[in-house]
Amino acid sequence: MSTAHTNPETTTGHGDISTGVAGGDSNASATRITPGNALRPEDIALEVRTGLVKPSGDIAEYALRLGDDALILAQRLGHWISRAPELEEDIALGNIALDQLGHARSFLTYAGAAMTNDDGSARSEDDLAYFRREHEFRSVQLFEQPNGDFAATIARQFVVSIYQYLLYRRLTESTDETLAAIAAKAVKEVDYHRDHSAQWVLRLAGGTEESRKRMVHGLRTMWPYVGELFRDDDLTQRLAEAGAAVAPSSLKEDFDRLAGEILSEAELEVPDVPAAPGGGRHGKHSEHLGYILAEMQVLAREHPGASW
Amino acid sequence: MSPHGNPDAPASAATEINREAPKASPAPQEHHDRSAWGLWEVFVRSSRGLSHVHAGSLHAPDAAMALRNARDLYTRRNEGVSIWVVPADAIAASDPDSKGSFFESPQGKDYRHATYYTKSEGVKHL
Repeated sequence: MSTAHTNPETTTGHGDISTGVAGGDSNASATRITPGNALRPEDIALEVRTGLVKPSGDIAEYALRLGDDALILAQRLGHWISRAPELEEDIALGNIALDQLGHARSFLTYAGAAMTNDDGSARSEDDLAYFRREHEFRSVQLFEQPNGDFAATIARQFVVSIYQYLLYRRLTESTDETLAAIAAKAVKEVDYHRDHSAQWVLRLAGGTEESRKRMVHGLRTMWPYVGELFRDDDLTQRLAEAGAAVAPSSLKEDFDRLAGEILSEAELEVPDVPAAPGGGRHGKHSEHLGYILAEMQVLAREHPGASW
Repeated sequence: MSPHGNPDAPASAATEINREAPKASPAPQEHHDRSAWGLWEVFVRSSRGLSHVHAGSLHAPDAAMALRNARDLYTRRNEGVSIWVVPADAIAASDPDSKGSFFESPQGKDYRHATYYTKSEGVKHL
C-alpha cells in the first residue's frame, strides 16, 4: 500500500469524530458510534484529482470490470429492501448491497482517472455508472441475473461472495497500489458476505422440503454463469503477468474447494448444468441488464447534474 | 396482514411465545419450531474494558443467525467489538408490579453508603 493509503490523516480527512459520551461512561457504550478509519471512495477521488494516482489503460479497464460487477450486484440486492422474508434479513441484504456499492465506487472512481468524457472533462464514478450504455458495461452475466426467490438470491450470493473473497484476497498483493488498497478494504467485507450466504445455504438446504427444493433450484439457475467468472482473456493475462491483476482461471481450484465444502455439508450436489456462453467482460449481456440500467439510470438521465 | 413475513407464521408469533413464558425462566431452549423465528435480546460491548450493554432485540431462527443479525442491526455504525445474544425467554425479569416490595428497602438506608461515615482521624488515602 502507498503511504497515502496507510496514513489516516490523508485517507479519511477527519479525525476521530466519535459521538455519544466517550471515555468510560458505560451507560453510553452501546450507542457510541464512530465512522472508523478506512479507505473511502472519496479518498481515491481526491488522489485522482490531485494527480497522485493515474492508472494505465489496462488497469483502468480491469478496475472497470470489477467495479461493474459490484455496481450491478448492489443494484440487484438493493431491490430486496422492504421485500426480504424478515426485517432482519432486509437489513442484512441492504448492508451487503452497500458494501458492494462502496467497492463499485472505489473501482469506478479509479477507472475513470484514465478516461475522459466527450467534452474532455475527467470521467467520474457517476459518469461511468449513469451515462454508459448496456454494451459498455463490463460485468459478467452472473451479477445481472434476476433475484428470483430468496433462495435464488442466496445461490447467486453464495457463488459471488466466494469468488470475490478469493479474488480480493489475491488482489491485495497487486503491484498496483490503489487496486491493492481497495481489495484490502473489500476482502474483509466480502468474507462476511461469504459467511452470510453459507449460513443460508445450510439452513435452506436443511430446512423444510420446500426450502430445500428452492435452494436446489436456485443453485441450478445460477450455476450456468459460474464458468464465466474464471475465464482469462488478453487483458487479464497481460496484467497477471505484470503482477497487477489476478488471472481468473487461477481462482477456480480454490472456488471449487470452498463451494464444495459448504455444498457437501448441506448435502447438496454441485449442479450439473450446461454453461451459458457469457461475454459480459466484452459487453455482451443477458436480456436482464438493460432493465437494471433503465431503473438505475433513469433519474440521473432525466435530470442531469441534479443533486439532492 | 403480513405481506412480507413468513407465510407460515403470524408476525406476532414470537412475541406471544415470549409473553407466555414463565417469569422464573427455564433453561435456554432451542426453537424447534422452524416456522417461527424466536426473539433474542442483544448486548453490545463498545470497547475493551467496558461491559456489554443491552442494545435491543431481534428475531432469528437460531443462535448463529441471531449473532449475525445483531451484527447487521446493531453495529452498523462501528458501535461494537463484542456481541452477546440471549433468547428473550431465557431472561428472568423482576416483576414491574412489585416495584415497592422489591426496591423500597434500600431507600433511606444512608448507612449503606460510604459517605455516611466520618473519616477517622489519621487515616490517609480514603
